[in-house]
Amino acid sequence: MENRPLEYDYTVAKMFMLTTVLLGIVGMLVGVILAWQLAFPSVNTILGSGVAEYTNFSRLRPLHTDAVIFGFTLSGIWATWYYVGQRVLKVSMAESKVLMFLGKLHFWLYLVGVVAVVVSLLLGITTSKEYAEFEWPIDIAIVIVWVIWGLSLFGLIGMRREKSLYISIWYYIATFLGIAMLYLFNNMEIPTYFASGGIGAWWHSVSMYSGTNDALVQWWYGHNAVAFGFTVPIVAMIYYFLPKESGQAVFSYKLSLLSFWGLMFVYLWAGGHHLLFSTVPDWMQTMSSVFSVILILPSWGSAINMLLTMKGEWQQVASSPLIKFMVLASTFYMFSTLEGPIQAIKSVNAIAHFTDWIVGHVHDGTLGWVAFMIMAALFHMAPRVFKREIYSKSLMNTQFWIQTLGVVLYFTSMWIAGITQGMMWRAHDEFGNLAYSFIDTVTVLHPYYTIRAVGGTLYLIGMFLFAWNMYKTMTAGRRVEENELQNASPMAA
Amino acid sequence: MFHWLEKHPFFFAVGVFVTIAFAGLIEIVPNFAEASRPSIGTKPYTTLELAGRHVYIKNSCNACHSQLIRPFKAETDRYGDYSLSGEYAYDRPFLWGSKRTGPDLMRVGNYRTTDWHENHMRDPRSVVPGSIMPAYAWLFENSADVDTAYAEQVTVRDFFSVPYNQEIPMKDGSKETVVLADTLAGAQASALEEAKLVAADMKDKSVQDAVSAGQIPEIVALIAYMNSLK
Repeated sequence: MENRPLEYDYTVAKMFMLTTVLLGIVGMLVGVILAWQLAFPSVNTILGSGVAEYTNFSRLRPLHTDAVIFGFTLSGIWATWYYVGQRVLKVSMAESKVLMFLGKLHFWLYLVGVVAVVVSLLLGITTSKEYAEFEWPIDIAIVIVWVIWGLSLFGLIGMRREKSLYISIWYYIATFLGIAMLYLFNNMEIPTYFASGGIGAWWHSVSMYSGTNDALVQWWYGHNAVAFGFTVPIVAMIYYFLPKESGQAVFSYKLSLLSFWGLMFVYLWAGGHHLLFSTVPDWMQTMSSVFSVILILPSWGSAINMLLTMKGEWQQVASSPLIKFMVLASTFYMFSTLEGPIQAIKSVNAIAHFTDWIVGHVHDGTLGWVAFMIMAALFHMAPRVFKREIYSKSLMNTQFWIQTLGVVLYFTSMWIAGITQGMMWRAHDEFGNLAYSFIDTVTVLHPYYTIRAVGGTLYLIGMFLFAWNMYKTMTAGRRVEENELQNASPMAA
Repeated sequence: MFHWLEKHPFFFAVGVFVTIAFAGLIEIVPNFAEASRPSIGTKPYTTLELAGRHVYIKNSCNACHSQLIRPFKAETDRYGDYSLSGEYAYDRPFLWGSKRTGPDLMRVGNYRTTDWHENHMRDPRSVVPGSIMPAYAWLFENSADVDTAYAEQVTVRDFFSVPYNQEIPMKDGSKETVVLADTLAGAQASALEEAKLVAADMKDKSVQDAVSAGQIPEIVALIAYMNSLK
């Protein structure tokens, strides 16, 4: 008995895999609708003017960001946690009834939260703070879900057989702690119904911070929600899945140490770069600008560590679409973490801020890095949790190229749009008057908005291919034995 | 040390937390009190204006419009004086936005009129050809939530000492007072009075009928709010 390999229990991982795919499609579909609305405003009344309130750009925009962040990405983080956690800690969820119960509770409460978020955002119930739009009842629900994940995370760590924590676990712990701290402080609010003795809407609240302070806390949160939602847990994934899939050892332990502690130390300082030239104190702006540039070091540290893990095995990039996804993700991570610091330099930010270049930056990070890595993780997990071969390798390849083309169209068009608009806003004529009225700087963007919408649509098509491939893997893939699941994932042509 | 930490999850977690937490402390705490002090001439919102601000938030106007004028010639030429921290003292939440798909609105009350907003909200392209802003027709149908605005006023007065019913120094040396009613009924009445002033400048028959009948459509509250942005 002692030598039998552990049977891991992937019940909860499977549940979160499902929501990753579903909410990914929902979130990106809304994104594509938004993109077409900007190119062609008539799309705002796509379902008729009677329901225009619920289909217009401004009502849908928070739904897009929250669905991809807290729907797709968070589900992906948890799907991989409930898979990776057991395997690197060498302990099965099935060994503890309590952890199994917590895991399932985690999923179902999360799902209730997702429904509440969708309904409230469509109704326009929002605090207006980006990625923190939820009113206090949902905030409390989110905190409860987070605490349950914490119990489940540290519970599994407490039971572990492998005493030394693998790199991925460091990043999952940091994700848990970072988001907990940021979310709590940014959502400090007073429910007005109770504070006023029962007047008005019961869900409404008012922020504990005002004006400049509110902005500062919000972007300390907003930027680092990116850090601890889009960077830290995704790095956790690549540190596990790339070595596993490729059969290569992580290139350097020391580099992973440097990158981890460096990222933890530096990231939080950089939030103020969202507020350059605003009314927050000047020293803080400069500080955030400087730390943003320093941030290149730990970011590239992880990315280079991953790319060098492939040393001597580069032929796998050509032969395996799964490795392709991860290597491109890592490359986009380097690209995006160079672009971000460039935008945080004050003189560049003067042009880039408030323009579509920022939107482009977000999307080369999220589409190229986050989503590619999450999908690669799910592709690697699928044969292992369903005990079936990946349904179609050629479909994976097709998806890879369609989505890569989509991302490239997206960020290139947004670069041009952003810099064009930034330059036009500040242009003066020979007499010192503004050269362009604002609307001139809007109409000029139409071709770029159209290209971006095409790029986004291509990416969404790739998502449907992904969902189809996953579904067929689950239901129709050839059954595989344990010995086929060592490194490279089995996939049918 | 790192090897040891990696075998002791509790201390590892404490180490991570300390490493990530102190940047926030150092950046946010020192200027906290100073940054929340109002400038001369900055007044808290009236009930109707605040109800309009809620309409602004409900429709995520801040997704496309900033309220932050940066200290560049191009920006002050286009939008007016650059923003000062104290001007935001009564903004909970702040509405700086992060994207200018449309123009900044920090001082829109200085150069747009009730009439302009009315036409623009119903059909943006009728006043700005080429605009990509959607029409906001439902603002003419839905009623503004004055009760919640009043609840918020009471809350910020009690918790954050927002100076309602107190003399506030203005830039020209005069003093003004923003009245906050003692009762909800009083607040509803004063909001309606303010709404009548806005509606008087509007053409829409249904809006004027609604206001005469004691109702406040969202568009009226929103325009009252935007006119207050100066």
